[in-house]
Amino acid sequence: MSGDVLLSVRGLVKQFPARRGAPWKARAAPIRAVAGIDFEIAEGESLGLVGESGSGKSTTAYCVLQLLTPTAGEVCFLGQELTRTRGERLRRMRRELQIVFQDPYASLNPRMRVDAIVAEPLEVHGVGSARSRRARVLELLDTVGLDPDAARRRPHEFSGGQRQRIGIARALALSPRLIVCDEPVSALDVSIQAQILNLLSDLQRDLGLSYLFISHDLAVVRAVSDRIAVMRAGEIVEAGRADDVYANPAHEYTRALLAAVPVPDPRRMRARRDERRRGTSAPG
Amino acid sequence: MSLLEVHELRTHFDTRRGIVKAVDGVSLSVDRGRTLGLVGESGCGKSVAALSITGLVPRPPARIVGGRALLDGRELTALGDRELEDVRGREIGMIFQDPMTSLNPTLTIGAQVCETLRRHLGLSPREARRRAVELLGQVRLPDPARRLGDHPHVLSGGMRQRVMIALAIACEPKLLIADEPTTALDVTIQAQILDLLDELRRLRRMAILLITHDMGVVAEAADEVAVMYAGQIVERAETVELFDHPEHPYTEALLGALPRLEGRGLRSARLATIPGRPPDLAALPPGCRFAPRCPYAGADACADRTPALREIRPGHLVRICHPASERARREPRA
Repeated sequence: MSGDVLLSVRGLVKQFPARRGAPWKARAAPIRAVAGIDFEIAEGESLGLVGESGSGKSTTAYCVLQLLTPTAGEVCFLGQELTRTRGERLRRMRRELQIVFQDPYASLNPRMRVDAIVAEPLEVHGVGSARSRRARVLELLDTVGLDPDAARRRPHEFSGGQRQRIGIARALALSPRLIVCDEPVSALDVSIQAQILNLLSDLQRDLGLSYLFISHDLAVVRAVSDRIAVMRAGEIVEAGRADDVYANPAHEYTRALLAAVPVPDPRRMRARRDERRRGTSAPG
Repeated sequence: MSLLEVHELRTHFDTRRGIVKAVDGVSLSVDRGRTLGLVGESGCGKSVAALSITGLVPRPPARIVGGRALLDGRELTALGDRELEDVRGREIGMIFQDPMTSLNPTLTIGAQVCETLRRHLGLSPREARRRAVELLGQVRLPDPARRLGDHPHVLSGGMRQRVMIALAIACEPKLLIADEPTTALDVTIQAQILDLLDELRRLRRMAILLITHDMGVVAEAADEVAVMYAGQIVERAETVELFDHPEHPYTEALLGALPRLEGRGLRSARLATIPGRPPDLAALPPGCRFAPRCPYAGADACADRTPALREIRPGHLVRICHPASERARREPRA
């Protein structure tokens, strides 16, 4: 199912300057949000990037998309080094590299109609005629499971799950090879979350897409990822095939994360809690 | 008699779109030293139910059109604003999802905890300070004496929630209402906060009404569960019983829609979904509120008869015409 390497990230570092305090104070050290990480994504594969807040997941995504300029390291996509690509060539690469955002309320312009939102990437990149773009929008809405009459409505008329479908249609517009999904379901209710996760899986199967799927929710990541990378404090502490990482976590942090996720099984949760209680009350 | 008893509570909102029946017949009870999980998806009315019990729902636009809430036999729904204020500080503690918006950003932690202690317990400034340090220690805030001088923004989300819990338990309330207390926190911090709540429940015999959308959190923290859908409780049972034998198709679907953490081949498995959307609370369907999405609703009475909450097994209540255990020969529509 997976083939050649599509994206290869080597030694990626992103630092942010520390916030400047009082002028007479020494400047604090810069913040190392991503501290030298390597990973690859193959054609048709999805990599889940998990970690807690502040671990550097989203910064990594933005560096891959070149929405942030990495401090050091390489981002090689379709054989091209993106960190050294500029201008028209970078623009062309961006057609192959799209994003679905977390908040379906903030990421759609409330004043635009859905057809304009979905057609915008096509217009920006000068793809097709007005007529062909209209046809493409209807096709995309159908792909993500929305009615054609959605085209003439505005975002506020839709529920969170439907809005996320609009965001996905927009990301698909230019037929990209890789979609970065940054916490795409964390704002949604479970039943809606399941619909969107199923849709992302279907799209991957039908269109041969690759995903860089970012989430703090280990169960959600599991549902869509072939491989998993666990991030903590800017570093990847463990990576591997999803089934292996979840069944036999090698790193202590991965084990701690997995042990903290509540699972819908009251007996096991009780047992786990009793174990924790004994652990904390034990001497030493 | 339970510590908190709610009977057929109805809270409606007058809006331009008509009457929104946010809470429409909610009955529940919580005993001392027990945790009831009130679970449901956004907009099901779980938070409005809690706010109605504590008299915090804004009236207008809201109106409590029916039902009663009793705390230790005292009818909360009959109290005036002033009395309710006392009850809220002293007998009911509350914590919410976002500790940042619940704390005053311009006041120090110490000032906020001491204010509560002085207002409700009439402690002297010195006494309040001593007690504040003690409380912050009980909620495991590291270095509590030094934290008194900190403003909320310098604390992490988990530490802020600990401060909120300290505030909520300051007057040793009998009931703690926790509305999505861990939703904004990372999983490792979530586990710590849930452990802390559990410890307080055991040591102080506090009753906890835990409001959440997360079935995992319910499994971890609740002794008993009430599932809410479109303003009503649709199923109620002991936690283990509910997870072992869910009777309502909505409860079954909620459990089926959860992505799993364990097992092989999860990547290719499809998650169960619930077709459609919850009904508009201003235009509710005439019969069973779940009928439009129910895989078992037939051409029969479902659409015009509102099912009552009935006891299907001892302690297990369900509001549906087709509970799982009576579905032997009926196959789902889809």
